[in-house]
Parts: sequence; structure tokens; C-alpha cells
Amino acid sequence: MNTHVSLILKLIAVIAIACVPLSGESFYVELVAKMLLMAIFAMSLDLLVGFTGLVSFGHAAYFGIAAYSVALFSANFGQMSLWVLLPAAILLSALAALVIGFFAIRTKGIYFIMVTLAFAQMAYFVFHDTPVGGGSDGMFLDARPSTAIGSWVPFDLDNELHMFYFALAMMLLVYAFLQRVLQSPFGRVLMGIKSNEHRMQSLGYYTFGYKLAAFSLAGGLGGVAGFLYAVLFGYVTPELLSWHESGNVLLMVILGGMGSLVGAVMGAFVFEAMREFFADITKYWQLLMGSVIVALVLFMPGGLTAIPGRIKRALQGGAAK
Amino acid sequence: MNATTRAPEVLLEARKLTRRFGGLVANQDIDVTLERGMIHVLLGPNGAGKSTCINMLSGDLPPSEGEIRYLGQDITRLTAAQRSQVGIGRSYQRTNIFPQFTVLENVRLAAQSRRQQPWRIFSKAMEAKWALEKAHACIEEAGLGKRTDWVSGVLSHGEQRQLEIAMVLATDAQVLLLDEPLAGMGSEESANMVQVLKRLRQTRGILLVEHDMDAVFAVADRITVMVNGQLLECGPPAQIKASVAVQQAYLGTEDSLHV
Ligand SMILES: Nc1ncnc2c1ncn2[C@@H]1O[C@H](COP(=O)(O)OP(=O)(O)OP(=O)(O)O)[C@@H](O)[C@H]1O
Ligand SMILES: [Mg+2]
Repeated sequence: MNTHVSLILKLIAVIAIACVPLSGESFYVELVAKMLLMAIFAMSLDLLVGFTGLVSFGHAAYFGIAAYSVALFSANFGQMSLWVLLPAAILLSALAALVIGFFAIRTKGIYFIMVTLAFAQMAYFVFHDTPVGGGSDGMFLDARPSTAIGSWVPFDLDNELHMFYFALAMMLLVYAFLQRVLQSPFGRVLMGIKSNEHRMQSLGYYTFGYKLAAFSLAGGLGGVAGFLYAVLFGYVTPELLSWHESGNVLLMVILGGMGSLVGAVMGAFVFEAMREFFADITKYWQLLMGSVIVALVLFMPGGLTAIPGRIKRALQGGAAK
Repeated sequence: MNATTRAPEVLLEARKLTRRFGGLVANQDIDVTLERGMIHVLLGPNGAGKSTCINMLSGDLPPSEGEIRYLGQDITRLTAAQRSQVGIGRSYQRTNIFPQFTVLENVRLAAQSRRQQPWRIFSKAMEAKWALEKAHACIEEAGLGKRTDWVSGVLSHGEQRQLEIAMVLATDAQVLLLDEPLAGMGSEESANMVQVLKRLRQTRGILLVEHDMDAVFAVADRITVMVNGQLLECGPPAQIKASVAVQQAYLGTEDSLHV
């Protein structure tokens, strides 16, 4: 797509999202805030799946670890500063990803998928079956973090609108950050690894280190999403780390089109919208939604981001005849 | 050749390289010496073990036995990436590129491998002038200038071979291990590549696997002939041409020395 057109479309989308609170409906504000944080989650996974070629099936672990650190820190130290808690949560997720990645990245293909899943299940059981995080019931957040810098309080996370725009800002920030990273020499190496890792090695790249860095970075960014989730909803449960969530975020990435940040965002929005819509009309919503996703993936290889190109080609094909 | 040069500098030296695949001995006690300023051609019929030999030298395959030295250092246990970093570059018989990337990006990545700064995640890859300039120069040199912005996967087979050469050039390798680089090239590209090889020889060492006998005898300073994983004969081109053993080995196959 023409870069100007795509920039204008993105701007329109951001403005449209920013206007959601004008509806005055708390339900929509919260729903779109959730979509925004899921978009961060999906982008973080796309860094691995779509750009590095690492299909992680345990990405919910990093989301959950950050979410739980919010709850656990607040439970132990009372209300915390956002400016301490957010970096701490990101760091813990990134660290967990560093350790898990150190082992997982030695495997390839289906084994990598299984090992990332197994580690995520271990994390799940830590929160589900031990008393650290309140067991299967999860935990409520005693207080949302404070944003005070000295005596200045720039915004208030207990305020629904402030929370919404904070999530929007974080989504844009993560998008811009990843965009930048992907254009860097580091990002180019990741794409090279996805395309042909063996060739990267014979060109003299120690691909293990690059993959581990990507894995850890993705974990940290997934942590941003988990942090926002905990703060938005005010509670955390072990289900955040379950393999269902790892599968869902993978579906978002596939739905949007792997290897496209905009695709990951769109995938997250569409997925969450469908989840709401189908849960509304039938209690068998998971079945229905599953079928829709299967159909979408079958009939739209390349995902949502591939649609403009397909339309264009269809039109050109038609004109040529 | 030039008889008045100083003692040649040995770049790469392999001793008694052996590689088994199950019961098959693909290479047995192969010795190869590569000197700077020299093109050493590895000849042999299909399945002789030439690619296996290159794979062991480049680190793509661990040898079952034997030793490899680069500038006197034992590199037998180094990985492919480490060997690339010390100065051993290679091209592949079966084209091995980044098919979704442009020609420029393929070669730029190769250039970037010499100055990796993975922590600089906020700098733009396309703003690293040195890597771009290097990539453009190597693409020109390999005769692919007209294809710089093409997606490499759609190039012809011969052009993809040229791209492989451009990539190995961009890594500044001192030792070039080239596995049938001329295969699929048109006569013009092939002639250009022979010129490129001759020019590269002045400052580097080249191990060349090639079936095109005209090209082989146009560039070879030394030829090693392999048959069935065994080293048959090694010597200057004139000796190989005259060798009865080599003639016999080739007569039994579809290949033949057109001399
Ligand atoms: N990875 C492998 N596993 C098992 N056998 C292999 C492997 N690689 C090569 N071989 C066998 O080793 C022998 C030598 O193969 P190699 O590819 O080195 O020959 P070559 O001289 O390069 O032949 P060509 O001229 O066809 O490229 C062949 O019999 C081949 O089948
Ligand atoms: Mg071969």
C-alpha cells in the first residue's frame, strides 16, 4: 500500500479509537481498553512468530507473570508508583522469558512449541496450585498504582477514561517501539533468521543470542500487556497464564497476518470483538467462534492485512481481462 | 604461474578429513591446502564427496575425523558462524539465499555481519552507509547491478548464483569456498565470474568446485581430484590433464575431461 494512504488510514483508526469514550458507555470503554492491551500482547508475540520465526505456544506466561507481579507487589507493599511498578513488571516478565528462552531456543519446530508450552504450564501451576498468588481464585488488586511524580499527579488510573487513554498511549508506544526495532540492524537479523537461519549462521551471525534477545524482549512487551490487564480489571487469575490464552494470542496473530504489527493489532481487535459478539448470542460461543476462525484462516491465508492486496490484485486481474 | 613470489602463505589446511554417513564414507583421509593468491579446484564426478568436503571446511558438517587449521589455528571444532567470523566464506551448491528479501537486503545482511551491534535497536539498518555501500559494490562486482531492488526469489538460477557470490564477497572472507558457482549462468555471466575469481585470487584463497572444464582450466592453479570419497590426485593443471588415473576415473562416468 502507498505509505501516505496507510499513514492516513492508521491516523483515522487511532482517532476513531480515541473517540470511543464519547459513547459514554463504560462497557465499550472497558472493552476497547482490553482490545488495546491485547493488541500489545499480540504485537509482542508477532515479534517472535511473524518476524523471528519462533512459534511460542506459551506466551501467556509472560502476560500472567507481569499481571501477578502487579497484584503481589501491591499486596505486599501497598499502593505503588506506576513508574516503579511498570518497569518492575516488565523486567520480571523479560527475565522469565530470558531463563525459559535459554532452554527453549535450543529446540526447533514442534519441539520449541512443546517446550514453550510446558514452561508456561509450569508457571500456570505455580499460581494455580501454590498459595503464592491466592491459588485458583486469583487475587484482587488492593489499589491501582499511583502516577504521582513528586506532588504532581498527571493522571489517575482509577479513572476509567484516564485508564483508557493510558492503554491507548501504551499501545501506540509499543507499536512505535517495535516498528523502530524492526528497522534496526537487530530487527533485520531477526527477519533473516526467520527466512533462513542456517544462512545467517554461515554469514557469521550467532543466531542463538539474537533469538534469545528477541524472546526476552517479546516477554517484556507481553508483560506490558499483562500489567495493563491487572490494572484495568483490578484482579488476576491463574487462567491468564493458561494455554487457552497462549492459543488465543497466537490466533490473533494468525488472524491479523503474521509478520505485520498492524495485522497483530487488527487481529486482537477482531478476536476480542468476536469473543464479545458470540458470547452474547449463544452459550456455545466457543464452538461458533472456533468455526469462524477456521473459516477465516482457510479462506484468508495471510490474514486481515492481506485483504487490501487481494482486492487490488482482483481488481487488476479484472481490468486485464 | 609466477615463479618468483615469496613463500606462499597457507590460509587453510585440512589433514586426513574423513566423514562417514552411516556406512558410507563420503570423504576419506582428504588433505587440502589452500594458499593465498591461489585458486584450488576440487574436481570429481557426481557423488565424489566435493560438497561434503566443503561442508566440513565451512563448519556446516562436523568431520568424523581429521583436523582443519586456519592460519595455523585449529578450527576443527568451531561452528559455521565462528568460521565465518575468522574469515572463511562460502557459497552453496543448492542456492541458499533469503528468497523473500531483495538482492540488496541479502547482500546488506552479509555486509552487516562484519560489524554487528545488536544492542543498537534504535538505529536504522538502512542508514548504516558503510553496509549499503559495501553491498552495492559487491552486487556490482558480481554483475547483478540491474537486479539490486528485485526480490531475490524471482531471479533466475544463474542470477541467484551471482547473488551468492555477492554475499560471500560482502563478508570480506579471506578464504572462499565456492560450490559450483557457475552452474546455471549464461556464458557472459560465466565469463564475468571467471574474471571476478581471477581478481579475487590476488588477495585471497579460493577453493572451487566446478564442472565446467573450460572455466576450471582457465583459473586453476592447483587441482585435486576426488573419486568415491578418496583423494585420487593433486597437482598443477598440466599434471592433472596428463594423468592416466584421472582419465580412467572419469571415463567410467558420464563426466569427462574435455581437454
Ligand atoms: N547429509 C548426508 N547424509 C547422507 N549421505 C550424504 C549426505 N550428504 C552427502 N551424502 C552422500 O555422500 C556422498 C558424497 O556427496 P557429495 O554431495 O559430497 O558429492 P559431490 O561430490 O558434491 O557431488 P555433486 O557433484 O553431485 O555435487 C554421496 O553419496 C551422497 O549421497
Ligand atoms: Mg556437490
